[in-house]
Amino acid sequence: MSRLNINTKLVRRMLVGFLQDEIWKVGAKKAVLGLSGGIDSALVCHLAAEALGPENVHAICMPYKTSNPESEAHARLVAEASGVQFSVVGITPMVDAYFDQFPDANNMRRGNKMARERMTILFDHSALYGGLVLGTSNKTELLLGYGTLYGDMASALNPIGDLYKTQVWQLSEEVGVPKPVIEKKPSADLWAGQTDEEELGFTYREVDELLYRMVDQRADTTELVAAGFKPEFINSIYGKVQNSHFKRRLPVIAKVSGRTIDRDFRYSRDWGK
Amino acid sequence: MDFSVALLQIKPKLGRVADNLALIQEQVEQAIAQKADLAVLPELALTGYFLKDLVPEVALTLDSSEIAALKELSKRISIAVGFVEVTADFQFYNSAAWFEDGELKHLHRKVYLPTYGLFDEQRYLGRGDRFRAFDTKFGRIGLLVCEDMWHLSAPYLLAMDGATTLVCLSSSPGRGVDDQTLGTATAWRNLTTSTARFLTCRVIYVNRVGYEDGVGFWGGSHVVAPSGEIVAAAPEFDPATLLVSLTDAELRRERISSPLVRDENLCITLRELSRIDQERSC
Repeated sequence: MSRLNINTKLVRRMLVGFLQDEIWKVGAKKAVLGLSGGIDSALVCHLAAEALGPENVHAICMPYKTSNPESEAHARLVAEASGVQFSVVGITPMVDAYFDQFPDANNMRRGNKMARERMTILFDHSALYGGLVLGTSNKTELLLGYGTLYGDMASALNPIGDLYKTQVWQLSEEVGVPKPVIEKKPSADLWAGQTDEEELGFTYREVDELLYRMVDQRADTTELVAAGFKPEFINSIYGKVQNSHFKRRLPVIAKVSGRTIDRDFRYSRDWGK
Repeated sequence: MDFSVALLQIKPKLGRVADNLALIQEQVEQAIAQKADLAVLPELALTGYFLKDLVPEVALTLDSSEIAALKELSKRISIAVGFVEVTADFQFYNSAAWFEDGELKHLHRKVYLPTYGLFDEQRYLGRGDRFRAFDTKFGRIGLLVCEDMWHLSAPYLLAMDGATTLVCLSSSPGRGVDDQTLGTATAWRNLTTSTARFLTCRVIYVNRVGYEDGVGFWGGSHVVAPSGEIVAAAPEFDPATLLVSLTDAELRRERISSPLVRDENLCITLRELSRIDQERSC
């Protein structure tokens, strides 16, 4: 049995408890999240509905004109299955207005802009509803840096950031995410026909097995090679984790005083809660 | 003597001493109403766990009003509770206090401060320097704070010092989800039951619940008989009060059938430890 297999009932309980405790302790009752039609946000949506009651969860679908129509259909399916509040806020006018000034922008710039546009909408709705924005990045994406800094990586709380994609699939079955959402190929839906695994050049299952050994079990290269991983694959993934580390940290502050934020001024975020 | 213990599995607020004291007082009052003789609270029950730079802000002197309030309450029930202690020379400790009959009967400063993985205690706290058993209404007790229990020598010393009941105050973060039960819970239950069995002592283990910065404390407080059997356990992750009756008869029975403590040879242990110490020092 792969060690990536999780006790889904136990994890469900821990994550529902996490959402309740961390949201209620700051005096909030509600949560806001972007629902893309993909499995990660679907899972978070179901967990939040269970934790807070579906009436307290606002899921927003934010398609661009090139988004696959199936994505919005799947987002609706998840909203119906979990019973949460659902709305659609298109981002085409804002994104196009910007790129009219930069018509030569490549896919990466366009994708990042879309992710950041969605972030501003979520945080605006956070103020509107008095709810916390839930993150939907999984551990695989976070480690590989496969996300947009201050875009989809931005949130107040992330219940699934310590679960690999392989584990997201398992937990999604447990909490009742609709089958079509679980079974479809993962895609950031940034352009037509995009799939994560094609863009990344490996499958989530392959990279999760490697990341689990590398990160969680702290296996060294000798051990990883002995386990059957190719040295080029190991090096390439290690490089991705290393080079994307800046995305997982707060901005670097130049130290000049005796007590600098986050270096020698250290408090938990739940300070006083 | 036979007695009834209330394991108060609470959810402290991080850095809110007044709120936590009120919660503790309320819980202890309920334990008194339920006719408990002893109330046991978790490690750092008055402050919360991931304190970091809050340590000096939440620390209490032994003559503080909070400690006085707990002393006063102990006229009606014995209380074991964890807090941050500050001494007159401004050393800070992760301490556990035993209040009985309106007095501070014993103070244990956590010796083994975990500083690895998600733990960083030694950065902020001073290290205790002793393990001493002490006499109470309920026989001789050994107090431990969380990580102390993971060092074989700590419960061993307390048992050699005559403790028949080991009381462990804990703030244990839950982690390890690839098995039938939570990894930390399994590890702790293996530890408390094995320790009870090796030393034919009762073990009272009280862990907190609640989340701090995404870390969930798993609760699961429990009482282990001197036989190594878990006699009662609180639920995991939810606040709870567990009331358990303990009898001298079970302790007597176990000490007759497994006279391990009687047969333990302190002379050999001391001689070999001295030798090891000498060899290491060279």
